[in-house]
Amino acid sequence: MMSARKIISKAYLWMILAILYAPIIFIAVFSFTKAKSLGNWTGFTFDLYTSLFTGANPASASLLEALQSTLIIALVASVVSTALGTLAAIGIYNLHGRRKATIEFLNNIPLLNPDIITGVSLFLLFVFLHVSKGYVTVILAHITFCTPYVVLNVLPKLAQLNPNIYEAALDLGATPMQALRKVLIPQLRPGMFSGFVLAFTMSLDDFAVTYFTAGSAGLQTLSTYIYADARKGGLTPELKPLMTIIFLLILVVLAVVNVKAFKKNKNKNKENR
Amino acid sequence: MGKRSSWVIPYFIFLVLFVVLPLVLIAVYAFQDSYGHFTLSNIFAFFTDPKIVNSFLVSMEVALENTLICLLIGYPVAYILADRDLNRSAVTAMLFILPMWINALMRTMATAEIFSWLGIHLGKGTLLFGMAYDYLPFMIYPIYNQLNKMDRSYIEAAQDLGATPSQVFRKVTLPLSMPGVVSGIMMVFMPTVSTFAISEILTNNTIQLFGSVIQEQFYNMMWNQGAALALVMLLLIGLTTLLPGGKNAAEQEGGLI
Repeated sequence: MMSARKIISKAYLWMILAILYAPIIFIAVFSFTKAKSLGNWTGFTFDLYTSLFTGANPASASLLEALQSTLIIALVASVVSTALGTLAAIGIYNLHGRRKATIEFLNNIPLLNPDIITGVSLFLLFVFLHVSKGYVTVILAHITFCTPYVVLNVLPKLAQLNPNIYEAALDLGATPMQALRKVLIPQLRPGMFSGFVLAFTMSLDDFAVTYFTAGSAGLQTLSTYIYADARKGGLTPELKPLMTIIFLLILVVLAVVNVKAFKKNKNKNKENR
Repeated sequence: MGKRSSWVIPYFIFLVLFVVLPLVLIAVYAFQDSYGHFTLSNIFAFFTDPKIVNSFLVSMEVALENTLICLLIGYPVAYILADRDLNRSAVTAMLFILPMWINALMRTMATAEIFSWLGIHLGKGTLLFGMAYDYLPFMIYPIYNQLNKMDRSYIEAAQDLGATPSQVFRKVTLPLSMPGVVSGIMMVFMPTVSTFAISEILTNNTIQLFGSVIQEQFYNMMWNQGAALALVMLLLIGLTTLLPGGKNAAEQEGGLI
């Protein structure tokens, strides 16, 4: 028998969830019809999906191009961030006192800064250095706000590590490079992986920083494409199937990652009890 | 030991070049006119230009209201999620955090589309609804985390000593969850002040938040004026990190998965 308290709290949770997911479901449903304006159902069809992938009209062709740029930028930025952040985390872990505090403070700045500040400040940097804006500047900017996430995900793993293992590898004749590759990295992999996933999604999600660092040569990511679309006052219809696919992909990936993590935590909690 | 600390050097150089120098440049540009001469007029504009003053006040008001709405809706959610009697499933907690991972602009566009489908006029009301919708997970997550970490025996002790459920909540649970609440407020308040695209989409550009004003000045090549406003915002953020829980917010954000 459920208590009234339990029924009310369940109802509350599901009501909020329904509101949170309503727009996403709304878009997904109307991606299967052809009408231009949303909420206007003109029969079930996959037309928008086919025209999205064939690039049948100019709008969907440039949408695909934006998608491609988004993925390239996210991939390069998150790979570089993972490498840079992991090395940095190992360094930070071995630092002490004021130096450690300084680096940790600097590492927190991009996390605490609103996107617009990061964007504007990097915009001024590239103006100041006379660097022409494009792929390189966007990727550098994304590395700037992605790396702190990697650092924060790798540091706790280092704390769990037995510090003697690395020394043992060195004593047994491994070069520092070998010891890093064969001893440290395998143990840090879970932290590096969650850092990488975070960096990748942060990069995919970014709008403000990209907006200020992409320049005017026509480089567009999904976010800036949607923004330009919204300013013009009309959504490219093919955005609906694309959003639906992205929603589903993210749901699946994060569901898998999180369910695994939650299960692990649960087992841990049980052991502790 | 000593040698491995040098592995931080590449990142340190990177941070100086791409974090410290750009922030210094904001300050430099803020105090220059377009010919590179020293001036205070950009900073004065923040206090005297009615359009800027107005948008700043509106942003503060919207951010306060949004933070309050997120707190009022989000705290009960976090409380229920963290209570083992009320919710056993980790999946439900995950469902609340998932929308954070979906492109904010996409979600906002979808919300705006629903409003126009329902025939609701875009304005202050839709702005607040859409903002709360975008930022709610950022409020729920840190509070949920904090409540989850809490030692249950405090609550049991209070109950054993005869506290009523509302006393337990007011005197034990609420004070112990405060660090999470502070992190949540920080993760909602500053981003709300600084958004630009989201507020434009949700109000059909009728309400300009502070972020939009900055963006507009950069768009119109008024870099120095824009930099001055960015500097003001930067100082505000600096002040908020001095509050207890500032560092906590950064760490919360870093450990979302």
